[in-house]
Amino acid sequence: MNEILLEIDGKEVRAREGTTLLEAAQNAGISIPKLCQHEKLIPFGGCRLCLVEVESGSPTKLVVSCVYPVEESLVVRTRSEKIDRIRKTLLELLLAHAPNSLQLQDLAKEYGANKDRFEKEASFCIHCGLCVRYCAEVKKLNAVGFVDRGINKEISFIPEIASKECKDCMECFPLCPTSYLQAAFVFIEALAFPEASSGIPSKKQKLINNQ
Amino acid sequence: MDNKRIDQIIDKHRGEASSLIQILLDIQSENHWLPKEALGRVSEKLEVPLSRTMHIASFYKAFSLVPKGRHAVHICMGTACHVRGAKRILETVEELTGLKPGETDVEMKYSLETVNCLGCCALGPVIEINGKAHGKVSVSDTSGVLEHYK
Repeated sequence: MNEILLEIDGKEVRAREGTTLLEAAQNAGISIPKLCQHEKLIPFGGCRLCLVEVESGSPTKLVVSCVYPVEESLVVRTRSEKIDRIRKTLLELLLAHAPNSLQLQDLAKEYGANKDRFEKEASFCIHCGLCVRYCAEVKKLNAVGFVDRGINKEISFIPEIASKECKDCMECFPLCPTSYLQAAFVFIEALAFPEASSGIPSKKQKLINNQ
Repeated sequence: MDNKRIDQIIDKHRGEASSLIQILLDIQSENHWLPKEALGRVSEKLEVPLSRTMHIASFYKAFSLVPKGRHAVHICMGTACHVRGAKRILETVEELTGLKPGETDVEMKYSLETVNCLGCCALGPVIEINGKAHGKVSVSDTSGVLEHYK
């Protein structure tokens, strides 16, 4: 495997051919904020927070580092006034959907993002696709998927699969940056298979308890 | 729509997962909507996860996940039709059928839908029923147009 030499934030970084800029930076101990990247999953490029500036002549090019492969003698900057400004706006847009997400709030503090800049559109899901992709790629269960499109796009559990598989797995829960996923699961559980419910007592249980 | 007919459609497309959208379109055009059982059957036969089939079926506007009537009534609300009184045509159709856009009547006769342009602006205002465009309709014409479709 060919080794590639590039420069990230003034530091010389070696990376294997075919890795992404984000992975190269992470291996070199340079942190880039990201919400939709996961080491076990195929890069998605959904949250755009990991964007970096690549110097290839002037003007510089903005690329999303989680889907951009490393190139020989590339000069990359992970922080600049321009990047910070874009990340701040991205965070403000995401916060309009999930104002209470701790992960988003931490990043907002770092980049000075104002969570009240845009009118709240509390969908709570930021479409990072971590749950959907984890379920499909790692667990191969496909219990959760996207439905609809555009501004109406949301995640949805398939009741038939979720009622059988989710109780023993729930590995996607900690991946969610906003905890909307848990809410969506409890909701579908209560609607479609309350008998198998983990947290909420079922009708049957309630009857037993009342006796 | 029974499983036998669905299997026939799938066989027509040689059961290839890449033909998923074509298969769904065929079911949609025959059955006017995609019942859950049909989606499940297609997923099973093509070995495509149900979540993926649902994603596709809910993504495209050509597919309906709720029952639709025998006649699809589309009223053009595009700019050209709008300035020629599409709003009044829509109101008349709403009154005649008792439906709001997106609804279907209990007898499963009409499904009412608005569209933003049908691409034949010179004919405005346009009502399209089952793919056939009725152009230059007036408020008094609308009931006559609808009566063609039993």
